[in-house]
Amino acid sequence: MKKGIFKNPLRRWFWLFLGPVVAAFIIGFVWPFMQGIYLSFCKFKLISRTTWVGFENYGKAFSDPTFLHAFWYSALFAITSLIFINVLGFAAAYALTQGIKGSNLFRTVFFMPNLIGGIVLGYIWSMIFDGILSRYGTSILLESKYGFWGLIILMCWQQIGYMMIIYIAGLQSVPEDMLEAAKIDGATKTQTLFKVTIPNVMPSITICTFLSLTNGFKLFDQNLALTAGQPFIIQPGGTTVKTTEMLALNIYNTFYGSSSASQGVAQAKAVLFFILVAGLGLAQLAYTRKREVQQ
Amino acid sequence: MKKILALVLTLCMVFALCAASASADAKGSVYWLNFKPELDETAQQLAKMYTEKTGVEVKVVTAASGTYSQTLTSEMDKSSAPTMFIIGNQAGVKDWGEFAMDLTDTPIANELTTDAYNLYDEDGRLVSIGYCYECYGIIVNPDLIEKAGHSMDEIKNFDGLKAVAEDIHARAAELGFDAFSSSDMDGSSSWRFTGHMANLEYVYEERAAGAVWTECPATITGEFMPNFKNLYDLCINNSLTAPTDLATGGHDAENEFKTGKAAFFVNGSWEYAAVSGDVPNAVMIPYYCGVEGEEKAGLNCGTENCWAINDTVSDADKAATMDFMVWLVSDPEAAGLMVEQLGVLPYKSAPASANGFLKNAEEYTADGCYVMDWATNYQPNVDDYRAALVSALNQYNADQSDANWELVKTAFVDGWAVQYAAANG
Repeated sequence: MKKGIFKNPLRRWFWLFLGPVVAAFIIGFVWPFMQGIYLSFCKFKLISRTTWVGFENYGKAFSDPTFLHAFWYSALFAITSLIFINVLGFAAAYALTQGIKGSNLFRTVFFMPNLIGGIVLGYIWSMIFDGILSRYGTSILLESKYGFWGLIILMCWQQIGYMMIIYIAGLQSVPEDMLEAAKIDGATKTQTLFKVTIPNVMPSITICTFLSLTNGFKLFDQNLALTAGQPFIIQPGGTTVKTTEMLALNIYNTFYGSSSASQGVAQAKAVLFFILVAGLGLAQLAYTRKREVQQ
Repeated sequence: MKKILALVLTLCMVFALCAASASADAKGSVYWLNFKPELDETAQQLAKMYTEKTGVEVKVVTAASGTYSQTLTSEMDKSSAPTMFIIGNQAGVKDWGEFAMDLTDTPIANELTTDAYNLYDEDGRLVSIGYCYECYGIIVNPDLIEKAGHSMDEIKNFDGLKAVAEDIHARAAELGFDAFSSSDMDGSSSWRFTGHMANLEYVYEERAAGAVWTECPATITGEFMPNFKNLYDLCINNSLTAPTDLATGGHDAENEFKTGKAAFFVNGSWEYAAVSGDVPNAVMIPYYCGVEGEEKAGLNCGTENCWAINDTVSDADKAATMDFMVWLVSDPEAAGLMVEQLGVLPYKSAPASANGFLKNAEEYTADGCYVMDWATNYQPNVDDYRAALVSALNQYNADQSDANWELVKTAFVDGWAVQYAAANG
């Protein structure tokens, strides 16, 4: 087998064809990633001048109450948005595969919010929410719960269309004969949906839940533009808790906002963040994969 | 085929090496990382003029508004790092002082007319040097004051200001204009209060202690918070916009002032060019806030515009940068353009300023009024400190209760100590 690869002159040149992609991957991903991990063990201002400090940064990251707050807040947000986006996305997809008039138009319109950048969306929605809330003498920046649900609404508005497209593809590949068989056997619409359709679109559900879970955790632009962590709880003694700050924004604020020696801590937080998101994503993938059926 | 490929690659490599060594010739080059977006156009023009005249290459990059520290952090890491950058306050000295060359007794330092805007590090090294200064206070449209039946002479202290502002606000519907323009709390406007108006508290603390700060104090007392509250309350409660609508902003305070919808506008001398076209006799008055003896207060004068030379670049580049800096403030044409944009240059051979607000500042000083220095430049971890203050002020604007003002005080006074500890811990 091994001999075969090297015998064939074309195969001898495989590295030349792989080369550009591998090089780009190393330059664009592997190398910065390794450097990021290295930096999380250093104290630095510029990445070309670093001092090794071992696990000190990780210690500081774990003992930072704002990081833990941001973690729980992100977790709550990710799970809530995952449920809303997927249920509503699936519902929209289901409705638009029933052959109603103008389905294509609806699909296009629902998908469009996804094409707008997060920062722009954040500012637009902050105006919309405040246009309503100011009638009641309040603002999205004054109550954490408004900030939370505001962000959920924004993310649903942006993401439902995208997930809907994936679900539509899944729904259209459900074998016609299975549905017909269910019909002949006298299954109700609800029974068909839960016993035939959903098990058959499990691959779509896997990918959509994976995407919305990781998106929820990684959210940055929308969070920055909509509330930027406001309102803060000003604690006696002057420390603050940024009630609507998510993990990525917390890392950014640590890197640029806080003390001059905090870049390393921010880097350590970023590594922990990666492990968390990757771990959760993989666990969720493994879990839903088990529920996929072979057609 | 292979041979040709190898040849082409080798040639590429040789050219790349030649190009790299050619750019690092003995003349040196200048890379100015500019901090003021409004100066960008002029700076690019000046760079071109200088290159045509001397052949020295000058590159100007302007960081987008509010992202200077991010841009500087990434640019300083590159092999062609900025040779000329901005260290604008003590926090900047702490972060970037070690990268700055000591400017003591250099040609540019010898051109200065005042030492007032220079920044020194702990060892007494002159790390950055003021290239312009600015002033802030309350911009007033005297025509509207008179239209409302008052005169500028009535406004000599807080009581006078309050009487006029409250009268105008009460009769706003009848007059067709209001007292203060909107004091939005979004990022594009909140600094006028959390950065600038907050300065009055720090300055009066300094004056009570009898000495200006030379480094960031670990704590502040908050003794003059009631005075900050006086002026702040006056601003938000006698304005075009209700205090409850300020959190997310969206009002254009400058435009409200320019179009004659508001008589007062809290801002600084850099607004002169923008407002003097529509309100040619606009004047700037001090922050009157009810402190004893404030009839003798002047404007808040200072700067965050201070040049530093990067100590880590080659000697040729440092020398080229120094020459360029001196040229900017001494060449008649170049200094003229700089003054036009920046208002005033504190250098011996720079032309005089035409900025009306800076003239106001000079008049106050000539009348024996005290200058309010920019103590606000010492705010520790300035972004975090101000963000907390904005959040507290938002709560207060929505409901002006004593409990909410306590939060503002906590963010203002205790927040200082917390951020000082974080920055120096």
